[in-house]
Amino acid sequence: MPAADLLLVLVVLADFMVLGTSRLTTCIRAIALQGLMLGALPIALTQHWSLHIVGLAVGSTVVKSLVLPWFLRRAIREAAVRREVEPSIGFTLSLVLGIAAVAIAFGVSQRLPLPAGVSELLVPVALATVIMGFLTLTTRSKAVTQVVGYLMLENGIYLFGLTSTDRVPFLVEIGVLLDVFVAVFIMGIVVFHINREFDSLSSIRLTELRD
Amino acid sequence: MIAWTAIPALLLVLVVAPLLPGIATKTKSWLTGRRGPPVLQLYFDLGKLWRKRSTYSRTTTWMFRLAPLALLVTSVGAACLLPLDGRSALLGFRGDFIAFASLLAVGRFALVLAGLDTGSSFEGMGASRDATFATFAEPALFLGFVTLFLISGNLSLTGMLGVGAGLLSAWIGGGGHAAPALALITISLFLVLLAETSRVPVDDPATHLELTMIHEVIVLDHSGPDLACILYSSAVKLAVLGALVVGVLVPRTALPAPLTGLVFTGGLVLVAVAIGIVESVMARLRLSRVPQFLVAAAVLSTLGALLVLVR
Repeated sequence: MPAADLLLVLVVLADFMVLGTSRLTTCIRAIALQGLMLGALPIALTQHWSLHIVGLAVGSTVVKSLVLPWFLRRAIREAAVRREVEPSIGFTLSLVLGIAAVAIAFGVSQRLPLPAGVSELLVPVALATVIMGFLTLTTRSKAVTQVVGYLMLENGIYLFGLTSTDRVPFLVEIGVLLDVFVAVFIMGIVVFHINREFDSLSSIRLTELRD
Repeated sequence: MIAWTAIPALLLVLVVAPLLPGIATKTKSWLTGRRGPPVLQLYFDLGKLWRKRSTYSRTTTWMFRLAPLALLVTSVGAACLLPLDGRSALLGFRGDFIAFASLLAVGRFALVLAGLDTGSSFEGMGASRDATFATFAEPALFLGFVTLFLISGNLSLTGMLGVGAGLLSAWIGGGGHAAPALALITISLFLVLLAETSRVPVDDPATHLELTMIHEVIVLDHSGPDLACILYSSAVKLAVLGALVVGVLVPRTALPAPLTGLVFTGGLVLVAVAIGIVESVMARLRLSRVPQFLVAAAVLSTLGALLVLVR
């Protein structure tokens, strides 16, 4: 399945794009492109067409590559932030850690018992995306970048889900998509409020609890 | 092992090499709406410089005079190691890719020493930057070679860039599993080429401000035939690295001999055009971002290697 392999490689490249850039718009564009590829994957992976597969593809494309990026763009426009200025580790180191994550993911997934008939890149890429999502989530200080990291994490989990599209009911997947949508919606509101309260989007200021 | 059949291709590359920077500049001029210098400008420059006399500062030593020659020898030596006609290199042996990278490194080393030899602080700064970028470009180049080795199982450049390793053959003829890895290496090697030949996102060949020049500032004190030597060697280096990119991208073993030369020359011209396009759509990177750019190239090669290993 060369098409599916190509899409999976592009998913990893989108991860690196998020890790290597300081511009929030590029981050959001990367996550939107990743969403587009994730939307195309069920179709590229499937052997036999069904309403379930098409619904999944259309649903995730719309939510992951249109609605959520639009929402994040609105958030950075209202908060007037452009760049991730002080990540706790540098962008070059992030890239190096990212490739280490890919190496670990590829190494580990060789030892996992996997269902037959899926692309052998699917699980390694899913693991790598989850780890790199964690990396983004933990090392960036802007709330918007952290939301992008959370989305990467979720995209990795979605890729895991694709190993068993035949067995997972449609409703569960729609439920997951809805969950993510609501989570990002709430985060968007939180981002807006952090900005209004502290005049900056840095989550480093959120160190103490008060009434 | 010496293959004398590779000599015509080698001569062809040595003759057309000065054309490539001209094509890159012409592309850039067209895209930015200017007329630009003629494509053959570098030949004219080389002819003009060759008729002049070299001038040497009193502070310089023999190193300064040796560097242009060393650069010329290493660049042409690197060209001898590549299978330029798509079949075999003039000189091929196990592990010759290390010799290839080392030759390029020795040439750069000689030039850096010559820059420091002049005692000018500008040239020292340029030399320092050039050496810094080289340390980041080399891992990317080697990781690309490692990936090519993993795909082809062959330790010589002729084997790596020869049978069945081409991206197009991998894509068309069944063995599509190596295609994503080869695509990644091609991009990575192109980024290395931009850095090694001092092109735009890393260095700007058109700049004439001492503080921002990198390659240009090192050769600031060279003149006459010495400068001609350096300019020609840089063009050969561009052709050699371009040949590497073309070798990864296009398989030529299956093609008949006359067509091979045509495809190869066309590929080199396309690489030059790509450089021109990059130069006109991109601004130069901030100095502190260049290592990140080259680490990204290394990451692409590593990802390619991992993709091959996971099978």
